[in-house]
Amino acid sequence: MENYDQLKIESNTLKISVVVTLKKAVLDPQGTTIMKALKGMNFNNINEVRQGKYFEIEINEKSQKKAEEQVSMMCEKLLANLVIEDYKIIGSQ
Amino acid sequence: MNSSVIIFPGSNCDRDMEVALKKFGFKNKMIWHDDINLPKSDLVVLPGGFSYGDYLRCGSMASKSKIIKSIIDFAKSGGLLMGICNGFQILTETELLPGVLLRNKFSEFICKNVFVKINNTENSYFKKIKKQTLKLHIAHNEGNYFCTNDQMKEIQDNNQIAMFYCNEKGEIKEQSNPNGSINNIAGIFNKEKNILGMMPHPERMIDEYLSGEDGSLFFENLLNNLK
Repeated sequence: MENYDQLKIESNTLKISVVVTLKKAVLDPQGTTIMKALKGMNFNNINEVRQGKYFEIEINEKSQKKAEEQVSMMCEKLLANLVIEDYKIIGSQ
Repeated sequence: MNSSVIIFPGSNCDRDMEVALKKFGFKNKMIWHDDINLPKSDLVVLPGGFSYGDYLRCGSMASKSKIIKSIIDFAKSGGLLMGICNGFQILTETELLPGVLLRNKFSEFICKNVFVKINNTENSYFKKIKKQTLKLHIAHNEGNYFCTNDQMKEIQDNNQIAMFYCNEKGEIKEQSNPNGSINNIAGIFNKEKNILGMMPHPERMIDEYLSGEDGSLFFENLLNNLK
């Protein structure tokens, strides 16, 4: 019974995964530096490396739609700077 | 004249700025970011440093501080608001200034003296300034000014570029651009020219023995313009 209750509590939360990346037109010196290091390690077949940010947000919300809407707002207000970055929700669980 | 310097967790040029402001006659107050009300001020300064350890993006966390609402109200009513270095980054993150400061083009922290050419003197900051080319100090990892084409058009149409990186003679050349900023931009205004963001630190150039005095010119001139 205890386990059942715990499961029920857990199902009231959703974990949303979101990735923030630099827009294509924006230079990414970190990505370029990482690419150079990788090439120095003999990974010679790389064309480009772009670095981004990954967030997991656990949210007290049952509806996936509502949770994703909230995370979109978070991205637009804080997690991403839309002048230079795009965001994409890549998973909900 | 009353000034206020805002302190965020991780600010580290706040006291230098206070020393500079007081040296040239401002009555300054230090204001903690968690305060809600701004004291009566003729000038508000967001100082340099690494607010919130530059987490997420430089200036992004500080731009959501409690004091920011009062600062926005102050600036929207025409008050003089100046952001230096990290302060400039905070101003772009609050969207009081257009654009964003990206990581330096060559992935290095830059700490050196540079020359900047003042582009617009029809404002309280640079009106009647004695020299058009100033030697100032920069120290930043994210000073590469970037904006969209639409924003750039608006910036140019409204004469919002405050200063360019240049050489000693005041020539704006690619070689004198330390960090890859679009069009050598070192500082910009809002449309109304009461908000100024710039990467160089005038507060580090107020002593002829330690550094130079072009910062002194800036502060003396600013105070005179406010009188």
